[in-house]
Amino acid sequence: MSKLTFARAINAGLRKSLENDPKVILMGEDIGSLGGVFRVTDGLQKDFGKHRVIDSPLAESGIIGTAVGLAYRGYRPVCEIQFDGFIYPAFDQIVSQVAKMHYRTQGRVKMPITIRVPFGGGIGSPEHHSESPEAYFTHTSGLRVVAVSNPQDAYTMIQQAIASDDPVLYFEPKRRYHDKGDVDESIDLSQAMPLDKAAVVNAGSDVTLVAYGPLVKTAKAAAQAAADEGISVEVIDLRSLSPVDYPVVEASVRKTGRLVITHEAGQNGGLGAEIAASITERCFNYLESAPVRITGFDVPYPYSKLEMHHLPDLDRILDGVDRTLGRHNSLSGLEG
Amino acid sequence: MQNDAPRPGQSAQNPLRTGGNLLQLVSPEGERISHPEFDLWIKDIGDEQLGSLFEDMTVIRRIDTEATALQRQGELALWPPLLGQEAAQIGSSRSLRDDDFVFPSYRESGVAYIRGAHVSEIAQVWRGNALYAWDPQRINMATPQIIIGSQSLHATGYAMGVQLDGASTAVLAYFGDGATSEGDVSEAMVFAASFQAPVVFFCQNNHWAISEPVRVQSHVQLADRPTGFGIPSLRVDGNDVLAVMAATRWALDRARSGGGPTFIEAVTYRMGPHTTADDPTRYRDPNELEDWAAKDPILRLRRLLDAKGLLTEELEGRVKAKADAVAAELRTSCVNMPDPQPLDVFNHVYSTPNSWIERQKDHYSRYLSSFNQPVEEGAL
Repeated sequence: MSKLTFARAINAGLRKSLENDPKVILMGEDIGSLGGVFRVTDGLQKDFGKHRVIDSPLAESGIIGTAVGLAYRGYRPVCEIQFDGFIYPAFDQIVSQVAKMHYRTQGRVKMPITIRVPFGGGIGSPEHHSESPEAYFTHTSGLRVVAVSNPQDAYTMIQQAIASDDPVLYFEPKRRYHDKGDVDESIDLSQAMPLDKAAVVNAGSDVTLVAYGPLVKTAKAAAQAAADEGISVEVIDLRSLSPVDYPVVEASVRKTGRLVITHEAGQNGGLGAEIAASITERCFNYLESAPVRITGFDVPYPYSKLEMHHLPDLDRILDGVDRTLGRHNSLSGLEG
Repeated sequence: MQNDAPRPGQSAQNPLRTGGNLLQLVSPEGERISHPEFDLWIKDIGDEQLGSLFEDMTVIRRIDTEATALQRQGELALWPPLLGQEAAQIGSSRSLRDDDFVFPSYRESGVAYIRGAHVSEIAQVWRGNALYAWDPQRINMATPQIIIGSQSLHATGYAMGVQLDGASTAVLAYFGDGATSEGDVSEAMVFAASFQAPVVFFCQNNHWAISEPVRVQSHVQLADRPTGFGIPSLRVDGNDVLAVMAATRWALDRARSGGGPTFIEAVTYRMGPHTTADDPTRYRDPNELEDWAAKDPILRLRRLLDAKGLLTEELEGRVKAKADAVAAELRTSCVNMPDPQPLDVFNHVYSTPNSWIERQKDHYSRYLSSFNQPVEEGAL
């Protein structure tokens, strides 16, 4: 067991994948001698060579489009999109090519492509550096979408994503890159929790709180604060955003009767809406109150002096918890 | 193929600046035009090979005619005709080795035929029976690509993989004049040049991107554009099968021997509509069609064969019989093609199980079965 930062844990996972499979290659902007703008690929080009850790031209569609060709040739490309807001030029290649090639060819051509995306806000960045574009991709069949919340998952899930024969969008919460945690580097991947499973990270009985990526830490802190007030919150780290592991969420909601979902992305058409609808369909008779979403606002990601208002924090989440419990909250007295 | 042929790049004629030079080895009147360098790339093409090229071009024109008829009869939902582009497709595809890999757009039905796709596999896509046509790994040709220019990046990535493997395979990407406006084609040229990938960009400039003339796509000749990326280019008469073949062989050889990417602009003409849903009389001057009909690629080869005394009854009869047989096979396999099954819609979205899709498949399966169950009056 070693103590690693989130960024080092991903680095160690990438290293292991490069060592284990000569078909794994990394591609992205500035990932070579610089080691990536967040240093996630630090030292990998030095150790594995420029042919396996490739500094690509500054062209996102080109990075993903050439990865499609490399996958066609039998490689397992791991692409880094430098920042969440830079993924849009690659959107067409991701949703029209990467996602559909397996279906288009009736399973004859696999796309084992991993797309790493540092995502989310909270680091005081300029425009286009703090977005949460995950819903665009969870809406696209053929893609698997995951978001990691701790160094151990970061380490194992990057390897699982690379080993997956399906394309995986791997969202990394950039404001947690420097958080440290225990990482068991000897973990047997076949024994580890599968890529598409959700984890109950805090047991509770009054309210189910669903979070992923950067907000898992916030959700756990909120559960702790709620516990101080005698409210028992069960926190679920989704891990997989597509598909969502509904059996785990269902089991929790059947127990608690209440559901709060939180994410940094805007509310409209977001993953919270999908989870609220799906759980309502599946657990209607168990619900004591309507599901509540605590999310970013439906605004462009704001300038950084205002981002802490935009991002769900502990108190906004607790306010949502209070709403499901019928306790006094900021919307008390409002109809609908 | 003549590997000892001199490289045009090493000659006085610099391929980086092709400008208005159009490589032509056969005139529209069917006269053989000699060229000091490119002749060497086709010196193995004797009488028999000329007859075989004539056969291939005639067969793919016949496939095109039959498919268009099948569309008009409601057997195909849509068809993108290749009429007029036979020399470009045959000349380029007949230059490939089996281990080369092709990334086509949607109009390369003739190329698919040459690569070994069955005509039913070609028809399947346009009938709507499957998104895929053929097994890409079997014939070393990717499935048709509808998004304009996307495949130029796939070809470049594949070529980068070839380089990593240390193989001597070349990769050929087909796209049209309209695609040169797409960012992906420019990005493909950036990647190909930066990594010196063994890819040949084969642009069939057929003059029309649906209703938009090529002048809307580019202010310079298309063959001049790659030079800005550091990629040598050639501008060839796309209706001259020998010129297309010489240019493609040269470029493929260059790719295989570590010379990097090449761009070929095959100047041709789409004599039919963009697809069977299109009406070119709304945007195209009939005189233009007439001018290009005089440059018809099959007519040109016939004239050459005739001048050489090769256009025999035997050849004509053999070619017609072959074309008729392929057309009959296309028709029979098309009209007898079984419909896909309803639950097939859920297959192959992922290579590993996905709980959401399995649930939807299960629910839809129950729904479909419910039609087979008796319903009691008054039952809930």
